Amino acid sequence: MVNLTINGLRVSVEQGATLLEATRFLGFPIPTLCHMDGLSPYGACRLCVVEIGQGPGTRLVSSCTYPAEEGLQVRTASSRVLRARRMVLELLLASCPQSKTIQDLASAHGVRRQRFRQEHEDCILCGLCVRMCSEQMMAGAIGFRNRGEGRSIGTPFDAKSEVCRLCGGCQYVCPACQLRCTYTEPDKAICGGCANLSAPCVEKERFDDMMCYLNPCVACEIRKD
Amino acid sequence: MKRLTSIGEFAAFQNRLSAARSPHIPTLVIPAGACGQASGANELIRAAKREIGHRQLEGRIRLRVTGCHGFCEMEPSVLVEPDRTFYPRVKPGAMARIVEATASGQVLGDLLFTDPATGVRVQKQDDVPFFRGQTRTLLSHMETTDPLRIESYVANGGYSAAIKVVERRDPRWVVNEVKASGLRGRGGAGFPTGLKWERLAQQRDGKGKFLVCNADEGDPGAYMDRSVLEGNPHSIIEGMIIGAYATGADTGIIYVRNEYPLAVKHLSIALAQARELGLVGRSILGTNFSFEIDLVKGAGAFVCGEETALIRSIEGKMGEPRQRPPFPIERGIDGKPTAINNVETWANIPLILRNGAEAFARTGTPGNSGTKIFSLVGKIRNTGLVEVTMGAAIQSIIHDIGGGPSGKARIKAVQTGGPSGGCIPAERFDLPIDYDSLAKAGSIMGSGGMIVMDENTCMVDIAKYFMSFLKDESCGKCFPCRKGTQRMHEILEDISKGQGTREQLELLEELAGAVKDTTMCGLGQTAPNPVLSTLHYFRREYLDHIERKRCPAGVCRDLISFSIGETCDGCHACVQVCPEGAIAGKKKQRHVIDPVKCVKCGACQSVCKSEAVFVA
Repeated sequence: MVNLTINGLRVSVEQGATLLEATRFLGFPIPTLCHMDGLSPYGACRLCVVEIGQGPGTRLVSSCTYPAEEGLQVRTASSRVLRARRMVLELLLASCPQSKTIQDLASAHGVRRQRFRQEHEDCILCGLCVRMCSEQMMAGAIGFRNRGEGRSIGTPFDAKSEVCRLCGGCQYVCPACQLRCTYTEPDKAICGGCANLSAPCVEKERFDDMMCYLNPCVACEIRKD
Repeated sequence: MKRLTSIGEFAAFQNRLSAARSPHIPTLVIPAGACGQASGANELIRAAKREIGHRQLEGRIRLRVTGCHGFCEMEPSVLVEPDRTFYPRVKPGAMARIVEATASGQVLGDLLFTDPATGVRVQKQDDVPFFRGQTRTLLSHMETTDPLRIESYVANGGYSAAIKVVERRDPRWVVNEVKASGLRGRGGAGFPTGLKWERLAQQRDGKGKFLVCNADEGDPGAYMDRSVLEGNPHSIIEGMIIGAYATGADTGIIYVRNEYPLAVKHLSIALAQARELGLVGRSILGTNFSFEIDLVKGAGAFVCGEETALIRSIEGKMGEPRQRPPFPIERGIDGKPTAINNVETWANIPLILRNGAEAFARTGTPGNSGTKIFSLVGKIRNTGLVEVTMGAAIQSIIHDIGGGPSGKARIKAVQTGGPSGGCIPAERFDLPIDYDSLAKAGSIMGSGGMIVMDENTCMVDIAKYFMSFLKDESCGKCFPCRKGTQRMHEILEDISKGQGTREQLELLEELAGAVKDTTMCGLGQTAPNPVLSTLHYFRREYLDHIERKRCPAGVCRDLISFSIGETCDGCHACVQVCPEGAIAGKKKQRHVIDPVKCVKCGACQSVCKSEAVFVA
C-alpha cells in the first residue's frame, strides 16, 4: 500500500493506483474529459490536474496518469489548480462551444465567458474513441494522425476501414458530440463528425449489431431485445 | 581492416598509426561539414587534389578533409598545419597558390584573415579573435580527425579511453569518474550524467538495458550536435562503449534525424568501421564484453527530442510524450531500463576518461564544469560554432568572439535555448552562461542555440515566429499545448497587425502561465517561454504595437510604411527592383513610393546606395 495525503487527509491506496483513483476514492470531485474507467489513462485534456509537492517546488500534474507515490502531498482544488482548469475550460469552450459536456463543466467551474475568437470544431482529440476502438472493441480501426495543428483522428488514409465493425463505440464515448448523437430528429441524428467516421448504421448490410453500444440506436432506432 | 581480437593487438595497431603520423609534413586541412560543403568546400578539395597531383607533391603535402571547425562565416577555409596558418573564404582559383606556398614553406599575406577591429592581418588561426577567446576541447578534435577514417581517430588517441575502461574491469570506477567530473547533460536540462548512469547501473532485472544518443537536434538555428556527428562520429561511439561498460547496457541506439544526411552517412560509416575492427559488437577485442549500436533515423518531429517521445519513436510508435514517472531509467524502450544522453554529452565522455575527471572538473565553474558548444547565429558578425568554458559571460561570447553586431544597429538581446528558451536583453549580458543563471533570467541553457538580435528585430515578431513553430511541432496530445500555442499565436498575430488590445495582452500572459502549468512534457512546459521572457523584458514593444500602432523595429508589415527621403539621388535602382511598380520618379530626381501599391517587401531599401529609404 502507498500512503499519501490528499487535501490534508491521509489515505492508503494500492501500489500502482493513480492520483485520480485515490482522490475519487476519498470523494473529491475532479473533472475529466479524456478519462473513462476501463480505458487506459491518457492525460490529454488536462482538466484533472492537481497540485503536488510542498513549498516552492509544487507543480501541476494530470491526476489520471500520475501514480500515487509514498508521502506525496496532493491538493485537488488549490487556487492554482482552479485557475489552470478555468483556462483549459475557456480554451475548450472557445473551440467546441456546442458540446453539452463542456458547457456543463464550464458552468460548474464558473467560466461564464470566453475571450478567444470563437471556433466551431467538433473534436477535442481526447482520444477516448481511439482507445475504445483498440482496447475494448479490439478493432484498432481509428488512430491519431499528424501533429500540432494538423492532428486529427481517423482511419488510415481516410479509407473505409476493413476492421471497423460499425459498433458505434467511438460515438458512444465521445464527450464533444453528445448533443447531436442523442438528437431527437432522426435525420439529424448522426453528425458523422466525430472521429471522421461515417455513421454505424449507414451501411446496414455490413452492420454487426452484436457490438453496438447504442441501444436503441439513435440513427436506425433498432432496439435489441 | 583486420578484426582486432585482443587489447594488445589494439595497442599495437594504435602505436603503428601514431608512429606513421609525421606531423612535420605540411597538411592542408579543409573543413567540409554540411555547412562547409554548402559554401564550396568540395570544390576546394577537388582543386587541392588537382594541384597537389599536378605538381607531383604527393608525400610532401598532405590533405585532410574534416568536419566543421566552427567559423562558418569564413568558410570555405583552409588551415595549414603544422604552423596553423588560417586562410578564410578561399576561392578554388587561389588553391594553386596556397599549395605552392605551402610546399615552399611560405605564407600568402594577401589571403590571410584581416582583423576588422585593427585592420591587421593575422596568420595563425589561434590568433584570430574568433578562435582566441574559445576553449576548444571538443572542437579542436574536428581539426585533427578525418571522420571517414577510423585510423585517423585512433592515431590521435581515439578509443584508448574505452580500452582503458575495459582493461580496468571496474564499472563502478567509471561511474565515479563521470560523477566526479561534474558533467551535466548537454541536452538542456542539465541532469548530472554520472547520477543517471549510476541509476541505470543499479537497475537489475536481467532484461537488458539501453543506452541512447539523442541526436534529434531540432531547435531552429542550432547545429552543434550536427557538427559533432559529422566531424567526429567515433567520439560518440567511444563514449557509448564506455557508458555501456559502466552501466551494463547491452544495446546502444543513436537516434539521429534524417534531415542530417551527412551525419547519417558519417555515423553509418563510423559504425561499420568500428564493428569491422571489433570495437563494437559481440566480445569486444576478445573480452567477454559485448555492446551493439544501432542507428535509428528520426522522421522529423521536433517533439521526438523529448525523451519519452523519442522512446516511443524508437519503438516504432507515434512520437508522443508520456507521463513520467516511471522514468526511462526504470521503464524505457520496450519497458527496459534506458539512459538517454545528448550528442555533446557522449562526446565529452572519452575526454573525461582520457584526461581524468579532475582535469574536466577544473574547467568551468563549480556545479557547471567543462565546456559547452554554442551555435552563434543571427545579427552577429562572426556566425559559427563557439566552444567556451561554462560560466563565461554572454558579453564575451557576443563581443569578443562574435565580434559584435553584423550591421550598424545595436545588439538588443540574445535568444538562448531555442523555442523552449527565452530572450535575454543586452543589459543582462554580464550573466555567466550556466544552467542555473540562465534559468533564473527566464531562459534556459538548452542544447546551445544562441540567436543574436539587434534593434531591427521585433520582439513581438520573434515570439510570433516561435509560437508558429511550436503550434506546428506540438505533438497535439495535451489540449492546452495544442490549442494554447495556437491561441498565443493568434493573439500575437493580432498584436503584430495592430489589432491587439490591452485585454488581449493580459489574456496572453494568463494563457502562457496556464500552458506552462498544465502540460505534460518539457515541450509544453517551456513553450510559453519566448512569450513570457519577451513580455518581461520588452513589454514596451508590445505596448507600442497595441497603443501607438507602431512597430519600433520596423518589422511588422501592417504597422510600417516605406518612404524615400531627401538623400535620394534618383538612381532608379529601387524602381527596377520594386515588384509592384510602386515607385515613381524621374532619373536624378527624388523618387516617391505609392503607399497603396507598396507591399512593404523592403527590396527598395536593400538596393538603395544612398540610404534614402526609410521605414516608419
